[in-house]
Amino acid sequence: METSLLEMKGIHKSFSGVRVLEDVQFSLMNGEVHALMGENGAGKSTLMKILSGVHERDSGTVKVKGVEQTLNSPYAAQKLGIVMIHQELNLIPHLTVMENIFLGREFTYGPTKLIDWRKMRRESVGYLSQLGLTIEPDTIVAELSVGHQQMIEIAKALSMNAEILVLDEPTAALTDREIEALFEVIATLKKQGVGMIYISHRMEEIFRICDKITVMRDGRYVGTESAANTDMDTIVKMMVGREIKDRFPKVEVQFGEEKLKVEGLSQKGVLHNISFSVRSGEILGISGLMGAGRTELAKALFGISKIDKGSIFVNGKPVQIRKPIDAIHAGIAFVTEDRKDEGLLLQMSVSDNISIPNLTDVSNMGFLSSSKERQLSDKLIKQLLIKTSSGAQRVGSLSGGNQQKVVIGKWMATNPQVFILDEPTRGVDIGAKKEIYELINSLALKGVAIIVISSDLPEVLGISDRILVMHEGKITGQFKQEEATQEKIMTCATGGGHRDVG
Amino acid sequence: MSGDVIAVKKRGKLKLQGLGPLIGLILLVIVLSLTTDNFLSINNVFNVLRQVSINALLAFGMTFVILTGGIDLSIGSIFALSSALTAGLMVGGTDTWLAVIVGVGAGALMGAVNGVLIAKGRLAPFIVTLATMTIFRGLTLVYTDGKPITGLNADFGFFGKGYFLKIPLPVIWMIIGFIVLYVILKHTTFGRRVYAVGSNEEATWLSGISTTKVKVFVYSISGLMAAISGLILTSRLNSAQPTAGAAYEMDAIAAVVLGGTSLAGGKGWIVGTLIGAVIIGVLDNGLNLLNVSSFYQQVVKGAVILFAVLLDRSKK
Repeated sequence: METSLLEMKGIHKSFSGVRVLEDVQFSLMNGEVHALMGENGAGKSTLMKILSGVHERDSGTVKVKGVEQTLNSPYAAQKLGIVMIHQELNLIPHLTVMENIFLGREFTYGPTKLIDWRKMRRESVGYLSQLGLTIEPDTIVAELSVGHQQMIEIAKALSMNAEILVLDEPTAALTDREIEALFEVIATLKKQGVGMIYISHRMEEIFRICDKITVMRDGRYVGTESAANTDMDTIVKMMVGREIKDRFPKVEVQFGEEKLKVEGLSQKGVLHNISFSVRSGEILGISGLMGAGRTELAKALFGISKIDKGSIFVNGKPVQIRKPIDAIHAGIAFVTEDRKDEGLLLQMSVSDNISIPNLTDVSNMGFLSSSKERQLSDKLIKQLLIKTSSGAQRVGSLSGGNQQKVVIGKWMATNPQVFILDEPTRGVDIGAKKEIYELINSLALKGVAIIVISSDLPEVLGISDRILVMHEGKITGQFKQEEATQEKIMTCATGGGHRDVG
Repeated sequence: MSGDVIAVKKRGKLKLQGLGPLIGLILLVIVLSLTTDNFLSINNVFNVLRQVSINALLAFGMTFVILTGGIDLSIGSIFALSSALTAGLMVGGTDTWLAVIVGVGAGALMGAVNGVLIAKGRLAPFIVTLATMTIFRGLTLVYTDGKPITGLNADFGFFGKGYFLKIPLPVIWMIIGFIVLYVILKHTTFGRRVYAVGSNEEATWLSGISTTKVKVFVYSISGLMAAISGLILTSRLNSAQPTAGAAYEMDAIAAVVLGGTSLAGGKGWIVGTLIGAVIIGVLDNGLNLLNVSSFYQQVVKGAVILFAVLLDRSKK
């Protein structure tokens, strides 16, 4: 048997005591396109970062062409011909195509540091034509489409003699035509013997261009199938096949009147004709893969981004939302996905953070009342069981779970009618997760309408009364809790299956 | 609030945070009172404070701007233009108080222009105020025709030269400005918003606060303080100079930074700025008393600022 191009075995990796990879294996042959699949957080990126030398493995072996390698830096990986093309491209937008291709490796006249532009141009034309591209080497990269920019990344990889190419969600930002062009390039590289690791959530693509599929789940290796001998259902089962334990305390709530109704909401190229409603006391889960438009929907509802078409009703009344303040006045609260950048004033205190959306409540005629501030923060610290020495402690020094509780608390104090939570338990440990679920339940009991956006399937299934599934800016499925399964959601989320929207 | 002096008991040791600048000032005063004869004389102390008042008032306004993560380079030019306007009005026969109010209002308005350009135009504060610094200076030269405006109303001199309970009036203005701005920053919702914008503008906006309004107000305050400061100098000199206030923004920024306010925004306090301004004034005065050549004085001043900032950095 011929030797594998790449052979990773028994890979273990922990970050500050948390095990993220356990006994993972992966192999790649010359000219093979090998899909790496798994839910968000399954460990795909960590494995690829180990391969490209960003992280060092704790144990396990990595053999490239049969020779064991340490891979202790990105430079070491590059020297072995391992190149990763990230989802967010790493080009310098204001430099030209050729300057980007040979960045840091410019051709010079002998020992002088003067750049040999003619050779730069000649060499880049060579690599570009190898990919069947006719881009001028002195085009400024920022002027190119995302699809072309990605091609430049691939040309750069070729110029580094890449033999193992990792493509992380390469089609996420591409148009259909660009995707076709990319697939042609992949076919060309395949013929040249380049091994490719293809990370994507899009099933159809994977079955079209990949030879093999390896599935990971919870940091473990699940299995490898040949694409020709398996089907989407099997892969989905491999990806999600975990039991939901009693991690989700669900309470029975009598739903009340309709709190939020959205009709025909559209945002060009992002959201397409979204309609749904949430009732008082109801928890609506929104599921979907990264980039499906879930966060964009929440941002549109909260006035962070403009909507092109559609209407929003709160308590049956139409509302105009152009800025966050309009949404807050309408009774909407939004716990953002990114706590640190969008949720908290990290260098300020717990009490300062809770006060921020409630300044009129903690002041008299513009003058802050420290007793009112203390009352409000003490009440929420107690109610939400926030672990902090006092309201005066800096928020940045709290744990992830407690920081999240502060964000939820500052919004609870605004007495919202509709509470939107985007990935409320990301980066939060199991114990605090349960407390956050209980908080969500207590809000539902008070009659608040709740929308929870989550990439964690068991979480969505465990806490929601009803689940919407989104794919490419559309609602592709809607399920009651009793009828929802991980498989059904996954099928809708990857764009397959039925599209009957209830 | 972040940046206050907090006595924190940590592992049994009492640690004083934010007192660095004050300790520095005290050391400086001790050294100067030992090495010179008349540093601590009442006359000299008031002399120093009177000189400090001009920079301190500018630096108080600058503190608001820097707390939001911005910078205001145009205050020296606002200083000159609003003074020239007031002086021009007085020469033209306008009532003293009306002329003063117009000048101060013009300063606030110029600041508001900065704020609108920065907040609405989403432009970098450095660039906007660099441009308006030039524009306002140019307008001053146009308005004054490059010549000082003299022959001001007699009662206007009181503003910069008068005394209250034997304390020079500029010092009184500085104390009033300090108290008012301290209360605004520490005890009003507006003050809290200033810190919030500097700490995390995105999160603040998402919490339903108009960050545009906060920025426009902050730059207006900076312009207003520049105008008041300019009027004090104009009153003392009994003339408005077209080149007045040039490079004053640098001393104001230095005072804010010496006071421990972070240029990144969100952290700092106005008490520190007052101390910072006094440190700069004491340094200027002390070096004079020690007969250090004015050329070396600049070198020493720069070195002190660098040293203070390095000390602050190494604490973190």
